[in-house]
Amino acid sequence: MLSAADIATLWLTFKVASLATLIMLLLGTPLAWWLARTRSRFKGICNALVALPLVLPPTVLGFYLLVMLGPKGPIGQLTNELGLGTLPFTFPGLVVASVFYSLPFVVQPLQTSFAAIGRQPLEAAATLRAGPLDTFFNVVLPLTKPGFMTAAILGFAHTVGEFGVVLMVGGNIPDRTRVVSVQIYNHVEALEYDQAHWLAGCLLLFSFTVLLVLYSALKTHPVAHQLK
Amino acid sequence: MRNQCSVCAFIPSRVFVLTALMLIVSPVWSATTLVAVAANFTKPMTEIAAEFEKATGHTAKLSFGSSGKFVAQIENGAPFEVFMAADQENAVKLQTAGLAVADTRFTYALGKLVLWSATPGYVDEQGEVLGKAIFKHLALADPKLAPYGAAAVEVLKNLGLQEKLQLLLVQGENISQTHQFVSTGNAELGFVALSQVIENGKIASGSGWIVPERYYAPIRQDAILLTIGEDNPAALALLKFLKGSEASAIILKYGYSLPGQP
Repeated sequence: MLSAADIATLWLTFKVASLATLIMLLLGTPLAWWLARTRSRFKGICNALVALPLVLPPTVLGFYLLVMLGPKGPIGQLTNELGLGTLPFTFPGLVVASVFYSLPFVVQPLQTSFAAIGRQPLEAAATLRAGPLDTFFNVVLPLTKPGFMTAAILGFAHTVGEFGVVLMVGGNIPDRTRVVSVQIYNHVEALEYDQAHWLAGCLLLFSFTVLLVLYSALKTHPVAHQLK
Repeated sequence: MRNQCSVCAFIPSRVFVLTALMLIVSPVWSATTLVAVAANFTKPMTEIAAEFEKATGHTAKLSFGSSGKFVAQIENGAPFEVFMAADQENAVKLQTAGLAVADTRFTYALGKLVLWSATPGYVDEQGEVLGKAIFKHLALADPKLAPYGAAAVEVLKNLGLQEKLQLLLVQGENISQTHQFVSTGNAELGFVALSQVIENGKIASGSGWIVPERYYAPIRQDAILLTIGEDNPAALALLKFLKGSEASAIILKYGYSLPGQP
């Protein structure tokens, strides 16, 4: 069965994933919009940078984040100067690392759905004198709802499932940075396979349900085919 | 929580309540220390930490992981105060880097190697099954990364079997993965840590040969006080407790030996 420590890790995981998803949607929306519209020569570089976590082994990404955010790294020195302390081994550090790690899962579906709208609806809105914000909330948002759903759900689910990055940047510290995937690792290391199975079962059920709901919802939505 | 008050908003109020409660309940002099523990020592250390809390009133918070990763984390500002490595090398590395207090390093446990199979009766008590090579896979931990792997290679060399068995070797990333290879039956047998298969002083399931210590150099696991824990009474007390008889009994029970003892 799940112990109190296991449940604490589930709760911490939920908090990290929710906060990271929120930040990724806020950062990812303008970024995806720009990537979908721009003809800048930096588009390729930006696309590659965003997609990097898909390819890099998580421990490599985790190590670089650890060095960059640590007291000797450029970002760590900046946060120290600002009186924030350094980020690794703290809850905010976990959130920042998760944002980097899961960002492609948010940006890519958004970028695809922004590109799928085409120019006509935006030009039509402009001829009706709709401002950019008005256009975004009343034209773009309703047309790209499935894209946002996919982005939010994949971003959240991927953050819940991450291991290598959070182990490196978080340090497996009880109550502070020990998320559910790290707790499973602890159980396996202690050869407590029963407890590991319970937690892993929860994750499996969660991931399957999330994906099932996502794909069922997308199937019934009229714009869904544009995403394929 | 040095220099982190601006991030306090992220910390749940529950933690504050708990901390406040702990301050009220426990004696004035009790403190908490954060300990980085080698993953292979997860079980015994959990038990030792519980005894330590009972005996001293201090609290030891344990983080488990691979020793190499801990070194990288400590070099980058991890808040650990005591480091219990899976080997000697990583503890010495932090000492040389000036991140640990040199004269506090000591061997808290010696690892024992066992040739183990999940099948009862598969491994005989002299380990002669190795020479017969009737199996398809022999699991061991990566000798470059894990001290138990290096010890296993040493045993094979000393038995003159390394070349003969070379093609049958499968390597786990660490000793836990090696144990998984064998316990799931994917490898018929393998070199694992005695601590992984021992229960109440004997091998709990399957069959095994406890490799005599003359076949490999001792697997020393060293502990060391890290400089940021220098002034924490709980960190100092934990290192002292680790050398005491209560901790020794637990360490022996889990299939490790102690320096200067059989």
